[in-house]
This record gives sequence, structure tokens and C-alpha cells, in this order.
Amino acid sequence: MPVEETINFHTIAVLVDNEPGVLARVIGLFSGRGYNIESLTVAEISHDENLSRITIVTSGTPMIIAQIKAQLERLIPVHKVSDLTIDGPSVERELALVKVSGTGEKRVESLRIADIFRARVLDSTNESFVFEIIGDTGKLNAFVDLMKPLGLVDVSRTGVVAIARGVGSLEDEKN
Amino acid sequence: MADNQMQGSEILMQALKDQGVTKIFGYPGGAVLPLYDAMHQQNAIQHILVRQEGGAVHAAEGYARSTGKVGVVLVTSGPGATNAVTGLTDALMDSIPLVCITGQVPTHLIGNDAFQEADTTGITRPCTKHNYLVKDVNDLARVIHEAFYVAASGRPGPVVIDLPKDVSMGFGTYLPPEKVKRKSYAPRLKGDPKEIKKAVALMAKAKKPIFYCGGGIINSGPKASELLTTLVRSTGYPCTLTLMGLGAYPASDPQFLGMLGMHGTYEANLAMHECDVMVCVGARFDDRITGLLSEFSPNSKKIHIDIDPSSINKNVTVDVPIVGDVGQVLEDMIKVWETSRAKPDQKALKAWWKQIDEWRAKDCLKFVQKGKVIKPQYAIQRLYEATKNLDDVFITTEVGQHQMWAAQFYGFEKPNHWLTSGGLGTMGYGMPAALGVQVAHPDALVIDIAGESSILMNIQEMSTISQYRLPVKVFILNNLYMGMIRQWQELLHGGRYAECYMDSLPDFQMLAESFGAVGLKCEKPEDLDGMIDEMLKTDNAVIADVRVDPMENCFPMIPSGNAHNVMLLGPEDEADKPISEEGMVLV
Repeated sequence: MPVEETINFHTIAVLVDNEPGVLARVIGLFSGRGYNIESLTVAEISHDENLSRITIVTSGTPMIIAQIKAQLERLIPVHKVSDLTIDGPSVERELALVKVSGTGEKRVESLRIADIFRARVLDSTNESFVFEIIGDTGKLNAFVDLMKPLGLVDVSRTGVVAIARGVGSLEDEKN
Repeated sequence: MADNQMQGSEILMQALKDQGVTKIFGYPGGAVLPLYDAMHQQNAIQHILVRQEGGAVHAAEGYARSTGKVGVVLVTSGPGATNAVTGLTDALMDSIPLVCITGQVPTHLIGNDAFQEADTTGITRPCTKHNYLVKDVNDLARVIHEAFYVAASGRPGPVVIDLPKDVSMGFGTYLPPEKVKRKSYAPRLKGDPKEIKKAVALMAKAKKPIFYCGGGIINSGPKASELLTTLVRSTGYPCTLTLMGLGAYPASDPQFLGMLGMHGTYEANLAMHECDVMVCVGARFDDRITGLLSEFSPNSKKIHIDIDPSSINKNVTVDVPIVGDVGQVLEDMIKVWETSRAKPDQKALKAWWKQIDEWRAKDCLKFVQKGKVIKPQYAIQRLYEATKNLDDVFITTEVGQHQMWAAQFYGFEKPNHWLTSGGLGTMGYGMPAALGVQVAHPDALVIDIAGESSILMNIQEMSTISQYRLPVKVFILNNLYMGMIRQWQELLHGGRYAECYMDSLPDFQMLAESFGAVGLKCEKPEDLDGMIDEMLKTDNAVIADVRVDPMENCFPMIPSGNAHNVMLLGPEDEADKPISEEGMVLV
């Protein structure tokens, strides 16, 4: 019985009924069975149909990832589970708000780097900036790392949202 | 009233009636008073008043498991709901369909730490298949009908409906069941024909095949057991059953190898280890079955039929997964097997059976009944002999040595007649479960094979048994110890018997009498048959206190941490096969 032990990151999109407790069900599943959550986002996507979309970045061996998907599909309010990492090409984005405080050269430097990363300034005082930056997780990590020596005081990140490339929708692929 | 306008409590009663419910197990409380009031004013549904909510859930499990219907529980908020948690978890682990209605404080008090308030949906989320908090009385009918659908379909399980008092007292619209459709959750019932063909091809080529079957067959309904029997007989292959699967295949059939797993037979476990094709039907490769995972059946191709996709490849990687209802898949499989005119290799099969017969010759369940002390195995064997020709016999058990001996020595020919707490291992399950069985089958013989320790965990339900004049027979193998604990302490902890001796036991005969039941006692082997006869003759409930050898251990056994072909066959084996430290960590 060959067991593949390589641990990979997977981005999983879950379409759920927007009902009370649905997020607790998903999170409880992960904590109860010892799966990892690297990032999790959730918001209503269709008010008429009362649907929410949860995007989870998780990690595990191929056997664990398959289990996670099967366990998610077992939840009653779940309509569809899609593993965007292997089900086809997809795009992923994350947004971060990054607060940097400082004066003089450090303050100028932070603005210069923000420009390189195409981060926007949302708020400014004489000794601080709040940047908004959008990109994949790696880009956000790099930006935050660069801001650390320049007076990073606060970070707020949305977690990853993702969607498949091409014309298909998550709902269309319903089994 | 016009336009199906009803009070919430009436909606509940109407919905239950429309779902075909005739019995509810429950216990009243402040938050469910309106529901009890509505119940009081109708006759279609009988309420069975238990003595503790935990008993209600096990009774509903017994009712459900023995009928194939959904068991229904009604308890109050707070402690009523928390007392139900063990039973709900038990039902989840053993895939028993239940709907449990819990009262809740009125919606405007939720979150205020009100009297008898508990976060019931929060507490029961991980121990139910699904749960609901109904905040609008107009949702109530839909939720109830949906709950029955969810509980019974796919892999069955318990569903909780938390019902605030203001909702059960408010007025709303009733919806009949046919108007309710769930958009998500549609379990797959039909197996993939391609995979079924692949499975049959693999089975036909097998030289050392085995059927390994479990509780999924029972859950699929009696027809699945018939189909399994047909398929197993037409192949001529050996068949073993899990603890939860007993009865799915007739125990008296020569192709039956007995139960497998930790206390399964030598031949079943060895055949599982040595086989080249394993057909797993409605079982889940539980740790009690596999033993040390890395050495589990190393040379076999594995076919796995299960309705729950998450059971597939969870513990053991399989070669041919088939997701579907085992009944439907078996039906398709038999068709393919017949049309393909599969001809198993008879020479190989003969050699395989010869090998199996050699393992059988070990006679791994042998025990010696001599002297003045009753061996527990002998007690079950005599009980089996006395009851095997009776029409309708249901056996429930508690948890421990007596449970394993019952599984080993009582033969089940039909599904739904064996009820035991397999997954969760809940002591105290057996008597309330027997109560539930007897409510569903008033004329059947229902026996709870119990231990003296387990029985005390829900002894209060004797009062329920007495109130409803249920002639349940409680057959206690009294060895004065939590026997399985003592056995493991001998095996793993140098025989230091920490807290496993059951001191100050009640006089079970007098206890029975105090509940209005009949108390019997037996201490000598020669008196056993007589006592069993007397028990069976009694119309009333009976507690039979059978004093058995306090030091007898349950064999054969796969010691924890060992591969499933490493078995202790008796006490003389223990010294040769010491248990590793990793094994000690396992339960």
C-alpha cells in the first residue's frame, strides 16, 4: 500500500446555504478532525438563492485532501465542493490592509515600495499610512515582510478568494 | 382552522403523524410543556416516559434499529438536551436514524443564560448528522419533514430540532411532507456501473477471496441482507461480518467465518490477512477491524461499497471504490455476476477453503465448562440453545466482555435482531435499547445481555419497563468486575486492578422485585438451563443474575498495536506476544 506523504496546499471552494451555523459546521469539521485551515473567507454571493461561498486554503496529503472534500460534501447545507487547485486553472486573490508608522526616510521608503507593489494609500497621517494591497498570498507576504523594518504596526488580511478560469460556474457543475 | 394555520405544538404533532410516527420516547420539562399539552390531546402517537433522557435516546435507537424506521425523541432544554448527547453520539457512530426534538428557551432569551438554557445546536453540532434551531414557526413543518429525510436517507444518523418555547406556542402555516424539497443533499444510491463491472471482474479472478460486510447492509434494509446472501452463495466465497453487521448473513451458513476484528474469530482475521480480493460491503475499516494499519491485508485488491463517500479511502486505500446504497449495488452486482457467467477458479477456491478449514480447526472459541463455576461463554451458549428456535428474538447488549461473548456465541440468522453499541461503546445502552425494541415488537422476546457494571449505568429504566409492562429480559453475566478493564489491566498494566472491581453491587433479585419485575439468580452450571427456562416462561420483565467466573477473559484477541493476524488465542498466549509501547497508547 504506497502512501504518498507529500503535503500540498489546496484551495477549496464550497457553495453553501446561507443559514445560521453553517460556518460553524465547516470550521467544526476542520477542528474536530484535525485538518488545517491556512485561510478561510466567507460571504453571501446570492441573496435570492440564499447562497454563500466559502473559500478555504488547507494543506495535507492527497489522502487527507480527498477526505476533507468528502467530509465537506457530507454536510447537509453544502451544495458543491470544488478543489480549485486540481479541478482546472483558477485565479486567486487576497486583499490586505497594512498600517505602517514612521517618519523621515522610512516613511518615504514605505511609500516607494507601496508604489512598486501597486498598493494604494487609503489613509494617511503625518506619521502613518494605511495601504491597501491586492494580490496572491506570496505577493502580500513579500510586501508585509518589506514593511516590517519600515514601521509595520498592523495587518488585516481577507484570506484568499478564488475562482475557476473560463466560462463555467461553481453552481453549474453541480452533480 | 383555515389555511392550515396551527399552533407550533400542533404543527409538530401533525408533522410527526404525517411522517408515520406512532411512538415517541421522552421526558417533559418547562420548555416543552406546550408540546406535551398538544400530545396529551391526541391518540395517534404514544409517548413513552423514560426515567432519564439518555435512556430515551437509546430506546429510540433500539426502536429504530429493530424496525428500520426513524426513532423519535422529545426532551426539554438545557439538561434534557445535554443528557441526550451520549445517545446522539452513539447514533451518529452507528448510523442510526433518529429525530430528537429538544425544547429551548424562548427566542428572546436565547443567549441570556436563561434558566435551563444550553446552546443545544452548538453542543450537538459535532454529534449529529444535522441540526436545526427553528426561529420562525412558519419554518417548523418544513424543518421537521426535512429532518426525517436527512435522518433516514444516505448514511442514516441523528438529527436534532431545537424548538424555542415561543415558536411552539406561536401560530403558523402547516406544510405537508410532499411540499418539502431539499435543494442540497442528495445522496447517491446507484453505484457506478463501470466500477461494478471492474469489481465483478476482480472477484471472478480471485483465488483467495473474502466478503467483509458490516452495518451498512442492515441500514440498507432486509433486502440487502437477502441480496448479500444470494451473492455470497452464488460465488461460494467465505463471508465475515463486523460487530455491527451480525445478522446480515446467516450465522449457521457454512460460508460464514464468524465475526472479524479485535475479538473476532481466528479464521476470519487470518482469511482477511491472507486474502487476494476483499469485497468490503457497508463496513468502514474501523481500527477494531484492521489492527495495525500498515500490516492490514497486505496482498489484497480491495473493493469497497459504501453509501458514504467519506468512508472510502479514509483508513485503508482501496482499488475499486463504489459509492452507493449497498442494496442497490449488490443487486446490480448480482446481475453483472450472472450475465458475465463468472466462473471462479474452483481449484484455487478449494485450496482456499482447505486453508480456512485448517484455521477453523484451531477452534478459537473453545472454552472448558467444568467445576462449580459458570463460564460466561457457557451461559450465552445455553441462552442461545434455549432461544434459537423461537420466532422473534432480539438481543441487545451493554459494552464489555459480555458484549463480545454475546457476539461470538449467539448466532444471528436475520438482520435487525442484534443491537449493540459498536462505534461509541456506550455502557448502559442495552437495557433502554431493549425497552425500545419491546415497544416496537410487543410480542417478541427481547433480551439484554448485560454485565453487572454496565447495567447500573441506566438501571433507572427498569422503572420505565415496569410502567409499560414490557417483558424485557435482562440477562446479567455477573463477574463482579468491569471485565474488559480487568482484562486490559492484566494485559497492559501488570495486573494492577485499578478501580475495576465493582464493590457494593445491589442484590439484583431484590432490585428486580422493587421495580415490579421478577428477579432470578443462578450460581451453578447445573442450574443454568432451569433458570433460563424460568426466565423465558415469565411474562413479566426479568433480571437474571448469572454469577460467572470472575477471572475469565475474552479470547481470541488482537492485542492493541498488533497486526490482525497476530492473535492471542488464550491466556497461555499472552506471555509470548508482549504488547509494545505504541500498542499501549492505543485503546
